Amino acid sequence: MSDSKISSSAASENTVSGASIMLQEVTKTYPGQKKSAVGGLTLEIPAGSIVMFVGPSGCGKTTTLKMINRLIEPTSGQIVINGEDVTTMNGDELRRRIGYVIQAGGLFPHMTVASNIAMVPKMLGWDKAKINARVDELLELVSLDPELYRDRFPKELSGGQQQRVGVARALAADPPVLLMDEPFGAVDPITRQRLQDELLNIQSEVQKTIVCVTHDFDEAVKLGDWIAIFNEGAQLEQYDSPERILANPASEFVENFIGSGAGLKQLTLTRVNEVDLVDAITTTPGKRASDVLSQLQGSGRKIAVVLDSRGRPLRRMDRRQLSRAEIIEGTYDPDLPVVGEQATLNDALDTMLVASAEYALVTGRRDVFTGIITVQTVMEAIAAANSSMDDHHEAPVGLNSGAINVVDIESEPAESGGEPA
Amino acid sequence: MGDFIGERSRQILFASWQHFSLVVQCLILATIIAVLIAVLVYRNKALAGIANGVSAIGLTVPSFALIGLLIVPFGFGVTPAVIVVTFFAALPILRNAIVGLNNIEPTIVESARGIGMSRLKTLVSVEIPIAWPVILTGVRISAQMVMGVAAVVSYALGPGLGGFIFSGLSRLGGANALESVIVGVVGVVILALILDLILLGIGRLTTPRGIRV
Repeated sequence: MSDSKISSSAASENTVSGASIMLQEVTKTYPGQKKSAVGGLTLEIPAGSIVMFVGPSGCGKTTTLKMINRLIEPTSGQIVINGEDVTTMNGDELRRRIGYVIQAGGLFPHMTVASNIAMVPKMLGWDKAKINARVDELLELVSLDPELYRDRFPKELSGGQQQRVGVARALAADPPVLLMDEPFGAVDPITRQRLQDELLNIQSEVQKTIVCVTHDFDEAVKLGDWIAIFNEGAQLEQYDSPERILANPASEFVENFIGSGAGLKQLTLTRVNEVDLVDAITTTPGKRASDVLSQLQGSGRKIAVVLDSRGRPLRRMDRRQLSRAEIIEGTYDPDLPVVGEQATLNDALDTMLVASAEYALVTGRRDVFTGIITVQTVMEAIAAANSSMDDHHEAPVGLNSGAINVVDIESEPAESGGEPA
Repeated sequence: MGDFIGERSRQILFASWQHFSLVVQCLILATIIAVLIAVLVYRNKALAGIANGVSAIGLTVPSFALIGLLIVPFGFGVTPAVIVVTFFAALPILRNAIVGLNNIEPTIVESARGIGMSRLKTLVSVEIPIAWPVILTGVRISAQMVMGVAAVVSYALGPGLGGFIFSGLSRLGGANALESVIVGVVGVVILALILDLILLGIGRLTTPRGIRV
């Protein structure tokens, strides 16, 4: 990933570096078992999008994921990535071109963070200088300071940090496809929300094709451009956008899986960056507190936000704190209510409730402060979202050959099999 | 006693060195053989069970009996000594290597395969390094044990301090007999301590900080 790519994706036109994936009639039958773990699954995964596989445990979603990089060899069927049939190529070479992230990162405990990340580039024969530069670049991307973390060992990191390094390692050789197997299953809810926000921020920079397995429907709604809901034997129940699945569940199974709170799911569908944020008075450590205070009084705002040299929020200060202080201090407040701009309104509300604040600070790429979201904004956005729902769109192809007798990919209209249009 | 050591200091030092060298070389050989066997069997439950069984039963074989049996085909000298010492040294290492390799979290192996490491590369770069501290513990146990075994195999006229013990025991009551036995026994103990310290140091140097306990 080069600088040019970042800047071009920062502009409204995004460069998709991901590849499309096509599963064609893929079946996996384990020896000695009558029923297939995955039965005749045909699934189109569009380039540059995040596709979430959800379903009850044992439904074959993980098996399907692992067949994409052929950690599990399909019994029959084809896997086509970017138009290239990869079903028979060398599995190890294929996997070097596909990022893979598992729960808790799956880091090698005997290697430093840097050597973990450098593993794939090394296998691909990159030279040392290029690898080192890449390691630092990736650590920056996942919001870890290279100076601090490069030489640490996995056991010296928190769960969330290990997961970040896992993502960095998967992205090391800039693969077009990223596979994630329940990546955020092993971390606490607050860290999970942060990691999800970060993944979305990273995705807006790198535009990979991401396939992610989860058992958490809320996570699927938050992260997914498309959601595939599987029943036993990887039978596809519905494959569509989160909005459409929530609005029109294709079957009773899907309805039950979504759960009863579908009304409130609107909170999960709207992102922080889709609502209007409030500007804030910002300052940096070392400034005179009285100057900031007069600025604050002039604007009628209640708090000022202290940013570090890279524009990341360090702490907030209200008028009383400002009047007591002389110089703005640069200490970091760990209880600061912060949400990523790609977080859902649900996350934002959660964050505010946890911090007992009526606002939260919003950060964008690489944790740079972008504005403030308030409770009122959230409420207004829910009301607005409930009144407008678009239904003009085309879903990618996904069906099981068992459900329909003839499967012709070319002539099949772009609708999901489980969903009568 | 002092006279005994003084008169034969060169001989004692030479025998000690030979003893030490026999044990170290056999240990290296045993480590290679044991790790190779462990790699071949650890994924298969039945084979791993057999290997563990052989390791347990093998340790009950009296080393003196084994050396006696080996003199028949190989004659007196270094060959039967090396075979016996290596055999006993390999057993605890084999056992620890299998345990070490089996105790690696499956997710670590899965992620190694998932990022495109071949079976062999996974073994060499991930599995063996992670199992290494456990394997090395086996090597240390072996080192202690075969120091004694190496003394016994001197019966087959192999090199080492065992010569002092056997010659002393055969003429017990005679002049310098007891001194000879004591020099042999104490020498073995001192060598064992030295080797253990060296192995401890090797462990420190070869275990990455990330998996040190």
